Amino acid sequence: MSVAVVLPSQLRALAGGRGRVELDLQVPGDQPPTVAEALEALRRMHPAVYERIVDERRELRPHVNVFVGREDIRWSGGFQAPVPPGVELVVLPSVSGG
Amino acid sequence: MPQDAMGIEGTTGDTLLLLGTTKGAFLATKAPGERGWKVDGPHFPGEEVYALAVDARRGSPVLWAAPGSPFFGTTLRRSDDLGASWSDPEARTIRFPEDSGLALQRVWQIRPGRAEDPDTLYLGVEPTCVFESTDGGASFAPVDGMLNHEHRPNWTPGKGGLCLHTILPDPSDSGRMGVAFSTGGFYRTDDGGASWQPRNTGVRAEFLPDKHPEYGQCVHKVAHHPSRPERLFLQNHWGLYRSDDWGDQWTDIANGVPSDFGFAMAVHPQEPDTVYIVPLESDGFRCTPDARLRVYRTRDAGASWQGLDRGLPQQDAYETVLRDGLDCAPNGSGGGVFFGTRSGKVFASEDGGDSWELVRDGLPPVVCVKAATLA
Repeated sequence: MSVAVVLPSQLRALAGGRGRVELDLQVPGDQPPTVAEALEALRRMHPAVYERIVDERRELRPHVNVFVGREDIRWSGGFQAPVPPGVELVVLPSVSGG
Repeated sequence: MPQDAMGIEGTTGDTLLLLGTTKGAFLATKAPGERGWKVDGPHFPGEEVYALAVDARRGSPVLWAAPGSPFFGTTLRRSDDLGASWSDPEARTIRFPEDSGLALQRVWQIRPGRAEDPDTLYLGVEPTCVFESTDGGASFAPVDGMLNHEHRPNWTPGKGGLCLHTILPDPSDSGRMGVAFSTGGFYRTDDGGASWQPRNTGVRAEFLPDKHPEYGQCVHKVAHHPSRPERLFLQNHWGLYRSDDWGDQWTDIANGVPSDFGFAMAVHPQEPDTVYIVPLESDGFRCTPDARLRVYRTRDAGASWQGLDRGLPQQDAYETVLRDGLDCAPNGSGGGVFFGTRSGKVFASEDGGDSWELVRDGLPPVVCVKAATLA
């Protein structure tokens, strides 16, 4: 199935200038892919984008937010949250900073 | 939107300043005898730049910068054309091994290796570690002896993070190097990085019940002159020290300074016993004492210190100069000295500190100043 990842402006240059990346995922059974599976597919296609979202420990960077639709994965299952068909994965920088 | 950074044009003899701020990097140049500075930037607008370096070991200067996005992490960038262009940010060359459980937070120091090893480059990073490149910066790996040090579980971050901010290779011994970090103190290797021993005897830890532990001191900066590498000067979190034996023993040299608290320290480029510091009032009030901005200079290895204030603000100057905010470079008149403040001012002296001029005001908080004379 296909999952669309929406990227913030700061990361688009690392994805060939695109703000929306379509990922094709091979997922066994009828279960929707997880965020982890989608990000792994993103890593294969655009490793530099992945590294700016996930650190060396495979943890979400502290000031990056990932949403499944409108749900922040930090509060809805983390990397194991499912990405239902037709729902976008949205990457956004947080509002932190000075 | 910030104006585009174009890079700078420099010729032999020009002074070059690399200015790192919390919102980007700026480059400044001045030709000998010229009035005023040309300032270019911001490079990497919006990103913090705590580490910059000029590497002229192969002749033409190579600029290095480690901009860090508060969101997306830190990269290492290289310019071979004085900032007109920077290397591709796509390649992320600084990574802790996944099984280390560590993640890069910030690069605090970029240090070219010895002149005899022009492809060697070191990085001091947070969390505390040294990364080494032996291919001119194309790739880096953590130094195992530091990465896997038995003291690591006991090192704790100061306010700035667990930062390794000082790297001092021994110009005369390829196996020897000193590093300093907060908190942990000064460590030295004599076997090329395989093992590292704490060298803090005599340096106090004011913030611990045991004032003289083997390690755990909050060293803010260490400096030396390449012609006399065993003589080290140390600005501590309370305390000014000198060692004449590569850190085996430290002696208090806070003789006549208004405070022995501070961050920045630099050695004169031609005089091994001439050192500059910018004392701050206290750890509770990290501003220049008496609201006067003064650089202090010793010319006798710390036996005495002289306040330098000509051209610097002496009223309502609540300034802070951070650990990499002060640097020196050789010039025709005996030594250029440069520093930047947390309030965004940059000052220069072309006479070894006797007098100062304002290079630029209104920059974002300055966290790094590196100076060089173009060859």
